[in-house]
Amino acid sequence: MASTIRVRATSNGDTTEVQALIQHPMDSGFVKDARGQIIPPHFIQELTFEYDGKAVFVADWGGGISKDPYVKFAFKGGKKGDDLKVSWVDNKGATDTTTAKIQ
Amino acid sequence: MKTRSAIPVASAALALALLAFVTPPVAAADTVDPAADARAFKKFFTDKFPKLKPEDFVNGPYSMNEDLHKQWEEKEQFPPYEFSLEAGKEMFSKPFKNGKSYQDCFPNKGIGIRQNYPYFDEKEGKVVTLELALNRCREANGEAPLSYVKDDMAALTAYMAFTSRGKPFDIKIPNDPRALEAYQKGKEYFYTRRGQLNFSCATCHVQSPGERIRAEVLAPALGILNALPIYRSEWSGMGTTSRRFTTCNSQIRGVPLDPQADEYRDLEYYLSYVSNGLPISGPGARP
Repeated sequence: MASTIRVRATSNGDTTEVQALIQHPMDSGFVKDARGQIIPPHFIQELTFEYDGKAVFVADWGGGISKDPYVKFAFKGGKKGDDLKVSWVDNKGATDTTTAKIQ
Repeated sequence: MKTRSAIPVASAALALALLAFVTPPVAAADTVDPAADARAFKKFFTDKFPKLKPEDFVNGPYSMNEDLHKQWEEKEQFPPYEFSLEAGKEMFSKPFKNGKSYQDCFPNKGIGIRQNYPYFDEKEGKVVTLELALNRCREANGEAPLSYVKDDMAALTAYMAFTSRGKPFDIKIPNDPRALEAYQKGKEYFYTRRGQLNFSCATCHVQSPGERIRAEVLAPALGILNALPIYRSEWSGMGTTSRRFTTCNSQIRGVPLDPQADEYRDLEYYLSYVSNGLPISGPGARP
């Protein structure tokens, strides 16, 4: 299985723009399947972007976020060629993490 | 529909009778001339949208609306079909239990051949679509067939379309009355009204491309299959040509046929043929 995280970070000198796409079902726990059974909640609870050992963006998510979420933000700083670390933890304790070079 | 097969025979006889009396010969109005159809079809759309380049039509609603086009350009930097495409690439080369893989079923190992499907199979006397060929490949190698509408099938066709991007549709109608009949039936299906709303495919995709239907912008029928399979935000997932046909039928409150029913195969044949020459742009994304 390839990584569930796609990330692209581009620096323009003083700020870095980050886009990320994460593959995750993000089940809210309020939806029933075809047989009328509730699909149990399964969503990302915490998403973290770390640069230079510091968290630059932390999202506390719940079931209200859509499936395969897309995130876009910018932060001050960030140099071309440096690493940006992305990781998430979901309510079942599963996690995934990836590192991307800032372009 | 069964009784209709008598009509071409009668009209052919009539045409012959006409030829005997009328000089110079006048083509009967209902002779099947796919090449002329395709020209007229293209002309209709290029006249309707004079600003568009022919290859713009394959991007459907995004070529019709500036706002959508902007959103799409942003989307394409991070295409939502990427996950599916990657899965398809993996699946395509993965061997079956018997050691063979999809590559062994297709010419050129399945790379860059999407633009030749659907084709008319002279042995079977029917149209064979890409989705059908993929499932036949599985069955020939002792695997269970895949569902025609979503996940795995969409991933596989996405990968095959991706390797053919930019290649123009190249659908051939062999010199075989059955092939012409399949083409004609597909055309009939396209223009026949059905369902509680009494819509034909053409009601939306020929009469009103670029217009809104609720919040959606309708795609033109020209080049409509070039982008398939698509990731639709409405489905929050991928869908194949079969899925597009069945959902279109249920949206006009008709009863959809089974995926890969003969009518759908003929319809895909017709729609692909009239889009000949336009580049494959699949997999695509649609709102």
